Amino acid sequence: MQNDNYMLELNAISQRYGDTTVVRDMSLQLARGNIGCLLGPSGCGKTTALRCIAGFEQLQSGEILLAGNIIAGKNKHVPAEKRQIGMVFQDYALFPHLTAMQNIEFGLRNYTSAERKSRVAEMLELVNLESFAQLYPHELSGGQQQRVALVRALAPRPKLLLLDEPFSNLDVSLRERLCLDVRSILKQENTTAIMVTHDQNEAFMIADYIGVMNHGLIQQWDTAYNLYHKPVNHFIADFIGEGVFLPGKVLNEHCVEIELGVIEGEFDAHIDSGAEVDVLLRPDDIIHDDDSPLQATISDKAFRGAQILYTLRLPSGAEMLSLVPSHHNHDIGEPIGICLATDHIIAFRKES
Amino acid sequence: MPEVLLRGAKVFTQGWRISAIFIALAVLTPVMVILWSLFSPEPEIWDHLSQHVLSDLLINTFWLVLGTATGTLILGVSLAWLTAVCEFPGRKIFSWALFLPLAVPAYVTAFVVVGIFDFTGPIQTLARDLGLDIAFPEVRSRGGVIAVMILAFYPYVYLIARNAFMTQGKRALEAAQSLGYSSTQGFFKVALPMARPWIVGGLMLVIMETLADFGTVSVFNYDTFTTGIYKAWFSLFSLSAASQLASILIILVFVIIIVEQQARARMRYTAVGKSSGSQERIVLKGGKAVAASLFAGAVLLVAFIIPLIQLLFWASEVVVQDFDRRYFEFLWHSLLLAALASVVVVSAAIILAVANRYYVDFTTRSLVKISTLGYALPGPVLAVGAYIPIAWFDGHLQDALNYFGIDSGLVLQGTLFTMLVALVVRFLAVGFSPIDGNLQRITSSVDEAARSLGTSGITLVREIHIPILRSGLFTAMTLVFVDVMKEMPITLMTRPFGWDTLAVRVFEMTSEGEWERAALPAVSIIIAGLIPIIMMNRHAER
Repeated sequence: MQNDNYMLELNAISQRYGDTTVVRDMSLQLARGNIGCLLGPSGCGKTTALRCIAGFEQLQSGEILLAGNIIAGKNKHVPAEKRQIGMVFQDYALFPHLTAMQNIEFGLRNYTSAERKSRVAEMLELVNLESFAQLYPHELSGGQQQRVALVRALAPRPKLLLLDEPFSNLDVSLRERLCLDVRSILKQENTTAIMVTHDQNEAFMIADYIGVMNHGLIQQWDTAYNLYHKPVNHFIADFIGEGVFLPGKVLNEHCVEIELGVIEGEFDAHIDSGAEVDVLLRPDDIIHDDDSPLQATISDKAFRGAQILYTLRLPSGAEMLSLVPSHHNHDIGEPIGICLATDHIIAFRKES
Repeated sequence: MPEVLLRGAKVFTQGWRISAIFIALAVLTPVMVILWSLFSPEPEIWDHLSQHVLSDLLINTFWLVLGTATGTLILGVSLAWLTAVCEFPGRKIFSWALFLPLAVPAYVTAFVVVGIFDFTGPIQTLARDLGLDIAFPEVRSRGGVIAVMILAFYPYVYLIARNAFMTQGKRALEAAQSLGYSSTQGFFKVALPMARPWIVGGLMLVIMETLADFGTVSVFNYDTFTTGIYKAWFSLFSLSAASQLASILIILVFVIIIVEQQARARMRYTAVGKSSGSQERIVLKGGKAVAASLFAGAVLLVAFIIPLIQLLFWASEVVVQDFDRRYFEFLWHSLLLAALASVVVVSAAIILAVANRYYVDFTTRSLVKISTLGYALPGPVLAVGAYIPIAWFDGHLQDALNYFGIDSGLVLQGTLFTMLVALVVRFLAVGFSPIDGNLQRITSSVDEAARSLGTSGITLVREIHIPILRSGLFTAMTLVFVDVMKEMPITLMTRPFGWDTLAVRVFEMTSEGEWERAALPAVSIIIAGLIPIIMMNRHAER
């Protein structure tokens, strides 16, 4: 496939330090104007991947293409400053000796002074910081510093924007709002971007495509919906969202038997009949129904406002989660009726 | 119960503050005495000074400060950048070895350099033996003294600039690169301006040391204010001329203090972002790597290794005749003085630090600031400033006692008292900062946590405060101890007659040009000076 449509392509890049492989045969494609996200626990290699793309690390194998041109690969290393890739650093790395405005101007040295002025004004307006232009970084709040860092990177119209855990230094309450702000700003500027984070809510809010990484490997590169509803392996199913695995047995292509009975649904894994499997049950797969003959005992509860998340214990001792509307208030130890509401089955061969 | 506790604490802490006032007064007295002589000039002395001495001293001082500042700036910043951000062969060793010249007092480097380049020194002798007829430039020149000061003082800039580059250098450079700047452009546009407050702070320390230096300029016969004060007092026996000169020097110093304080304030503001510990270095390759190693190696060789080898060589020549009872007397005096001064300094520093912790108001902060001003005041100024009031007090005390028919003689003069006062004032800041730094770590929530776990009063001090303070106390003790051992002008000018220390011995031997005989006490001082460097290095590795 001709790759002009892709702004960024990674072809089997690998990076190792000494004996440890930090990034392993990583490949992905990101279309122009899309926002991608590398999501994973700390130490999974996501930041290293980002630094390879930025050009701060010399690539050891594989190749990186930007707008169809190789920028890193065998015997090729375009220096970071020539790549036209912007970056928002985790600690923002604002220049403390320059004002907000001078920080934003910094990357615009090839602009005429009129162009520079208008671009800076545009950027300040984009993040509503017009009245803070003359302040120094230490005079700005965390959220303001973050927005200055964002538009400083956006100002020179980079081909690609990299964001390294951009929200991790902010209050939780501020995070959600800024996430949405950042997404709308990136979309408004039609920027292709890749963010790195360990927080799946951030990833879900911002990204069009998410790559879940573990041990240097991208386990799945997909939309948030598919990661949640069609995880390709045990790790993804476990890492994304809430849920528990119950042991089950495959009956045929459509049916799996678990402790709660036989569940039917689509199920695309190539698993033979009779195989032992782990079946994923999300909290929204289990519905509270007082009339149901199926009973489970409440062993724990967490109030979440509109809903209550109950931890339920089955006769076998297995536990599972159920999300129940808040007015169904039950005490711990009480048995309640439940029924299954799965429209598809997520099952993986039992891990030995 | 809590109210009783609080009231108790109030009385208790008021005592700290009153003590802090006394300490501040002790520091202020010599300064005031000197300044007073500025505002009450004696016309005769003033005429003599301004006609014959002052312009020379000002011109000499100007070139010395300019040359030393420029040289230490270039050397310190370039070495700091190389070892903090780049990677080249030997980088790990150089990063700490380049601190080593701090162990060598400038006056030692000075006499070694003069000794090496002198007419009778090894280089000219070798040239004559080889029959070479080279016209060597006179080493005892303005250029020579500046070169020595650069070699002795560059570590101050190196140390501070390196810290700045370590915490922000590479990250700032990456930000600049992602905005389209090459790493060279990034260095000049971002890393250097960002580190400016730190570099200015380091430079001001260098200038303070340059203005305060007495031993180096004595070796080079290069007249500055410090030697002027010494000569006025001990050759012309004019204490008032000495204090007139001291008052001019103190004004220069105040200008430097103001600049330094501003730089410090800006350091606090610009400390944005956090250091990323495991950042990658810029790997220098080929010629660049070799050049970096050679450069760092050359500085280390000239500033530390060659002087040390020459000293050891000289010392070995005289060790048989000089390693005698007199040597042990010098050593004993140095150790005794250093021990006394460090105990007094640390006690005073604890009082200041505790007052500083309990009272976060303007008065206390000012008291602490005043008390720690002494580090900027040149030794000869403090010597004069401490001597005058003590001599005045002694004289009046004697008169009073005579009135009652008691012939007391001089009570304080001729004892270690004057010397100790001046030394404590000079090195109080050295002892204060590690203790204060440690005490700041005990936040009020630490106290509250201890209380909520049922510990209070003296138990809290014993189980929480003292263990946290222990390393700070130790550092403070060591630093002051070593600084006092290296100190020359105060000891020289205020010691009881014949009470010589290692540093005084070095002065006396060098003023007679007997480099070999100065070498043995100099080596002893360097060995003491290495202790804090080793400590600092271990601390940095942690």
